[in-house]
Amino acid sequence: MEIMVYIAASLRSFTDRVPRIELSAKSVREALDVLTDRYPEAVKGFFDETGDLRHFISIYVNDRDIRSLKGIATKLSDGDELWLIPAIAGGAQKEGEEAPAKKPAGGSVISAERMKAVTIEEKQIERYSNHLQLKEISIKGQKRIMAGKVLIAGLGALGGVVAERLAAAGVGTIGLADFDEVKLPNLQTQTIHSTRDIDRPKASAARDRLKKLNPYVSSVLHQEKLTGDNIEEVVEAYDLVVDATDNFVSRYLVNDACVLHGIPEVFGAMYQFEGFVTVFAPGGPCYRCLYPAPPPVGIVPTCAAAGVMNALPAIIGGLMATEVLKLLSGSGEVLIGRAITLDAWNLQYHAVQTVKDSGCAVCSVHPVISTAMDIDYEDFCGLKENPEEEPIATIEPEELARRIAEEEPITIIDVREPHERAIRKFPGTIAIPIGQLARRQNELDPDTDTVFVCREGKRSILAIRTLREAGYEGPMFSLKGGLEAAAQIIFPNEGAWL
Amino acid sequence: MADINIEVTDTIDITDVTCPITFVKSKVAIEELEEGEVLQIHLNSGEPLENVPRSLAEEGHEVLKKVDNGDGTWELYVKRGAD
Repeated sequence: MEIMVYIAASLRSFTDRVPRIELSAKSVREALDVLTDRYPEAVKGFFDETGDLRHFISIYVNDRDIRSLKGIATKLSDGDELWLIPAIAGGAQKEGEEAPAKKPAGGSVISAERMKAVTIEEKQIERYSNHLQLKEISIKGQKRIMAGKVLIAGLGALGGVVAERLAAAGVGTIGLADFDEVKLPNLQTQTIHSTRDIDRPKASAARDRLKKLNPYVSSVLHQEKLTGDNIEEVVEAYDLVVDATDNFVSRYLVNDACVLHGIPEVFGAMYQFEGFVTVFAPGGPCYRCLYPAPPPVGIVPTCAAAGVMNALPAIIGGLMATEVLKLLSGSGEVLIGRAITLDAWNLQYHAVQTVKDSGCAVCSVHPVISTAMDIDYEDFCGLKENPEEEPIATIEPEELARRIAEEEPITIIDVREPHERAIRKFPGTIAIPIGQLARRQNELDPDTDTVFVCREGKRSILAIRTLREAGYEGPMFSLKGGLEAAAQIIFPNEGAWL
Repeated sequence: MADINIEVTDTIDITDVTCPITFVKSKVAIEELEEGEVLQIHLNSGEPLENVPRSLAEEGHEVLKKVDNGDGTWELYVKRGAD
């Protein structure tokens, strides 16, 4: 059977960057075998130690999740499309239920009483005239929008687009959650912030922008870092939550709090040219149904390490804002039980069905999680050292700079991706991306100290673990804090690290 | 020239605005009424007179009468329809 396999961008490091592959296979299993034969690096990316498909990868045949078909035994027909979409995964062979809900019970998340309590002032009739003209929104929908309280978690590129759209739409209360500050590299994608906002808290910069857009909107700032201890009291005050965060800890944190409080969540994510949007709401699947576990640290680069094409947030954030407006106004078909994926560069648009996991830790009938306070999210996402694992030796940037200056024998392996190396060259190093390390370990000398460098000091740790697993026994060190922390010390004569 | 035979619940003047605000203001005003109540709209001839009655009818309201004031403005009587 001739089929087409589409590979999401974050998995393309295993397939020589190829976005789609035509091949011949009678089943999903056979297709994966053909793929891993052709790209041996993919075995580690796709399968865990026991040979099961990794939990952070979902496979769709056309628009159906293989969990609602026959898993990897699913048969393929001529012309079928196989989609490999990471970080949306489920219990490998568990029987899933179709999500029946297309919108939350009762239509809008805003009650009739709250809608009726809103009056539209003379000036607002003009300001909101576009929505008032639309039959699908009209006066009642606009009043519901004005009564709405929406929390936006993460005020980067996506959160910024959503915040601006919702403010201009007239959403009554917008919660702005971000503990970070605006930095120069943010400005190309995060257009809610301006050049003059550099070094200011993102939440305050966003509030100022929203006030200029629409003085009727009130902003509530949440500048403390969201944790298991505070997340529930923060989300509780809102009708809806927009998850525009950029890391797995926050994704699980926001999801769990929303599920526990029955609050719908509009979810968006981006990677380079690709975006993913869905809505998690009572009755439909939640984030944990799709991703029971995050990918192992370092296997999928974070958004920050991979870059994002600057027009993408406008598309993905626009889709997210649309879902918020539908949920508030109580009209339209909401993206519950489905997800949209878009590869803007290769013009691949795809709507897939998402499946509720009957064994989900948080949203199933017998959940394991009853409060976010009980969960160590950092640990769950593999960000804490496992005490049973042999510790990783690190080297301070000063020490590395000294050893380079004094020409001590040392091998430096740069595990960054080619585009990152192009921004900041590190001469005298051997460049080996993580996916190729095991195969190329003979380029290392077990009698010489080997230092691994990456951007933030996380992938270098993964590199050392990967080589240990592959049987390499020479001395290995991870550059502490990565080049981001070390650039000024190792390259004192160059400009700031971008 | 107002029609004294029609009992009016509310009146609005949209002679100071243009499309689409003419329609939007009329729509907001009529939806504030109960079903069967009448809104009197003071509007300009030309584009507003052509479009506002048509648009309100499309929304399910009933245009009862149009009265020419003779000065380029008109009175429009519209009965609020069901939701």
